[in-house]
Amino acid sequence: MQQLILFNIFNGLIVGAFYALMALGLSLILNLSGVINFAHGGFLALGAYLAYTLMPFVGFWGALLLAPFLTAGIGLVIERLMIRRLYGRDPLYSLLLTFGLAYILEDVARFIWGAQSLPYPVPAWLTRPLSSQYFFLTGYRLFMVLLVALAVSALFLILRHTRLGMRIRAGTLDLETVSALGVNVRVLRNLNFGLGIYLAGLAGVLAAGMLGLQPTIGTSLIMPSFVAIIVGGLGSLPGTLFGGLLIGIASGLTTVFFPSASEAIIYVMMGLVLLLRPRGLFGEEGRVQ
Amino acid sequence: MRWMRQNISTVLLWIVLLTMPFWMKAVGGYTELATRVVVMGLAAMALNFLLGFTGTLSFGHAAYFGIGAYGVGMTIKYLVPSTALGMVVGVISGTLAAALIGALIVRLRGVYFAMVTIAFGQVFYFIAFRWNSVTGGDDGLNGWQRQALKLGWTTLDIQTHDKTFYYFALTCFALSALAMALLLKSPFGRTLVAIRENERRARFLGINVERHLWLSFVISCAFVSVAGTLYALLNNFTDPRALRWDMSGNFVIMAVLGGMRSFWGPLIGAAIFVVLQDYVSSVTENWMSVVGLVFVLVVLFFPRGVLGLLRGRGKL
Repeated sequence: MQQLILFNIFNGLIVGAFYALMALGLSLILNLSGVINFAHGGFLALGAYLAYTLMPFVGFWGALLLAPFLTAGIGLVIERLMIRRLYGRDPLYSLLLTFGLAYILEDVARFIWGAQSLPYPVPAWLTRPLSSQYFFLTGYRLFMVLLVALAVSALFLILRHTRLGMRIRAGTLDLETVSALGVNVRVLRNLNFGLGIYLAGLAGVLAAGMLGLQPTIGTSLIMPSFVAIIVGGLGSLPGTLFGGLLIGIASGLTTVFFPSASEAIIYVMMGLVLLLRPRGLFGEEGRVQ
Repeated sequence: MRWMRQNISTVLLWIVLLTMPFWMKAVGGYTELATRVVVMGLAAMALNFLLGFTGTLSFGHAAYFGIGAYGVGMTIKYLVPSTALGMVVGVISGTLAAALIGALIVRLRGVYFAMVTIAFGQVFYFIAFRWNSVTGGDDGLNGWQRQALKLGWTTLDIQTHDKTFYYFALTCFALSALAMALLLKSPFGRTLVAIRENERRARFLGINVERHLWLSFVISCAFVSVAGTLYALLNNFTDPRALRWDMSGNFVIMAVLGGMRSFWGPLIGAAIFVVLQDYVSSVTENWMSVVGLVFVLVVLFFPRGVLGLLRGRGKL
């Protein structure tokens, strides 16, 4: 029993790490540009499939490194061509646009790579269990958690210490003033979008190694990411991170006791948070209105 | 003069709706497609009650649509084989769920309101998806059929007669549309528009904005669940896809495509969308790309919808 609980907590932690990685990207874009990027899951799938295609040429590590950057590049182009035109308009329109993009990305993945699920090869030494008692602790899972931790730390360091990061944070608070101080807001939003999509691409490559590849790989992860943002608190990136891990672990624990409610539990948590603290656990006051 | 013109278009619209089953075959359609246009049109108009006239974006209306659908299906399958009672149960369940969720979210605004409605929509999806023994899970709820309507003096055979069912659906549509139109004309409806135009000013006038938003949300969801019950009756079947987020997105695009500032706009949008989807999915496997492209093109080039274009510029 104890082992089962530990197993599911660890599983929840991994799933939560995915949610957090997705949600951080969504949150970055939402905070600075006011756009809910419904196509985030599509970008995740794109990252996974690009890695799959690149792997024969550059190997596992090369694909892990390159695919997220390629995905981010595609994201930059899409922002430049379409999403940029909708800033400042009713959020309805950007939501609909990215919704349509999500359809298109999923269909394109199906068209190019096929609807059936594809295996994503991971180096053999990474898939071995690390201990015979805790069989679920494979190297790959541990590696994933570490890599997500690394990516998240890197993100927070970038936001805190680089010029770009400071501008993103400032722009989140008051974009007009940032613009008046001479920062090119269009470029800033473009790069910020790319950064968010990079995280989606990275999550995609990692998810591929665990779940295999299928065109709908992103859609199952995007809804919990919304919940992570709402639970963690709108406008707070640490909150988003915490929210993602929290709902991941909660859903893992529920699997032990009441498996069929493992998805519903995160929405129950969201309901509770909205009831007791509408701005979310770490949310700033007044941001929800 | 303008009043005349508007009324003429309404009369034309009703002539088209009333005669649709008779010429649908001639233009390559079928009666069920006509019914689907009416049902989806009702759903889009109900959504537009909230979106267009209250100015609040819900991206989770499929949940209440689906609850209506499951409500009628499960009542007929497990409780009593009565279409009317099933519809009542479906609509009441959908409305109650909306009242509950609505109370949690009326304090949120704009893009956050949309996000929370999306997320809450998923709860019901997972319930339908996971509760196999009752809802049939991923395979959907089948093994039931809409029942003939007993009206006391006569029996309406909506079970086997496509056309009779079409007129039954159209009657429900007409009653719902009338109710919504009357509500929008009433002081309550005017207040909703006032909130849409300037929430802060409405608040200064002493209007309880939260309560009005909640009511508008619940009313809108109630009519969406009417559409949901009709949808399940039309197919004699329902499955979790009826309450998934992509269905919510379809409702929103129908409203925008037709023109969300006009009462009948969403019906036009629904007609275009339903017919297009039906046609595209019969000629290509990649209908998702086409539908996605419709979303993108509408947003980038026709943000005011078909009726917005027809009515000319400057009036938004």
